[in-house]
Amino acid sequence: MSAGTPDVTGAPASSNWTARLRTRSLRAFPPEDLMPERQPAYVASWIYVFGVLTISAFVVVLASGAWIAVYGPTWWHTSSVGHFVNSLHLWSTELFFFFMVIHLWGKFFMAAWRGRRALTWITGVVAFLASIGTAFTGYLVQTNFDAQWIAGEAKDGINSAGVGAFWNVLDVGQMLLWHVTLLPLVVGALVVLHVLLVRARGVVPPIGVDEDGTFDPEFKAGV
Amino acid sequence: MTAPSSTSLSSVVDLNGPGNYIHWGFLQISWANAIVILLMIAVFVLALFLPFPTGRKR
Repeated sequence: MSAGTPDVTGAPASSNWTARLRTRSLRAFPPEDLMPERQPAYVASWIYVFGVLTISAFVVVLASGAWIAVYGPTWWHTSSVGHFVNSLHLWSTELFFFFMVIHLWGKFFMAAWRGRRALTWITGVVAFLASIGTAFTGYLVQTNFDAQWIAGEAKDGINSAGVGAFWNVLDVGQMLLWHVTLLPLVVGALVVLHVLLVRARGVVPPIGVDEDGTFDPEFKAGV
Repeated sequence: MTAPSSTSLSSVVDLNGPGNYIHWGFLQISWANAIVILLMIAVFVLALFLPFPTGRKR
C-alpha cells in the first residue's frame, strides 16, 4: 500500500502511525545505505576493521553470557564445559575491549566526528562507558573471592561518588540483574544505534580526503 | 575464579600467588595490564601501516 492509499477504515494511510514510521525510517535509512555493496577506496585499510571486530566479540560475549546464565554458578565453577564457557565469556570480553580501544584510537585520530557524525561519536563514547559498567558488574558476580575483593574495594569509590546507597556493589543480586539485563540492553541498543548512524552518515574519510575519496585541495594547500 | 585444572594452559603461568607489578615513581601497573596495553599499541601501529588486501578495484 502506498503512503497515500486509504486503509480498510477509510482513513488515508499517511495518518497511520505505522505508515509514517515506515516512511520516516526509509527516508532516514534507505536500504542501499543500510546494506551497501561498495565502500569508498579509503576504507581498504586495516584500521577500519576494528569496529566490526568489536561487534563480533560482542556477539560471542552475548552468546557465552546467555549460555552461562542458563546453567548458573555451580555449573560454571565445577564442570569442565562450565569452565570453558566461563573462560570464553571472559576472553571474548577482553577481546571486545581490546578491539574497541583500537577502534576508539583510530577514530579519535581521524576526528571521526566530522561531517555531521557527532552523534555517531557520542553513541560510541556512551557505549564504551556502558561497556565498562557491564564488565565491572560482571567481575562482581563471578561468585568467588575475587568478586568479593573487588566489591569490597569498589564500595568506597562508589560511596565517594555519592551513589552507594542506591547502587550497592555489595548486593550481588542487584549487580547480577544489572549485569544480565539492564546494562547489556543499554550497550546493545547503543551499538545498534551507532551502526545505524555509521550506515546513514557513511564511513568517515581520512583527514584531507573528501567524502567521495578525492583529496581535499584546500587541505593540501594548508588552508 | 575456580582452580585451574592441571592440564590447562594456565599452568604455563603460575597464577597461584600475588601478581607482578611495575613500579615507576608514583605509577603502578600490573605486568598483565601493561602487556595488554603494549599489544594494543602494537596492533594499532600495524593496522596503520600493513597493506590491506584488495581483491578488486573499488
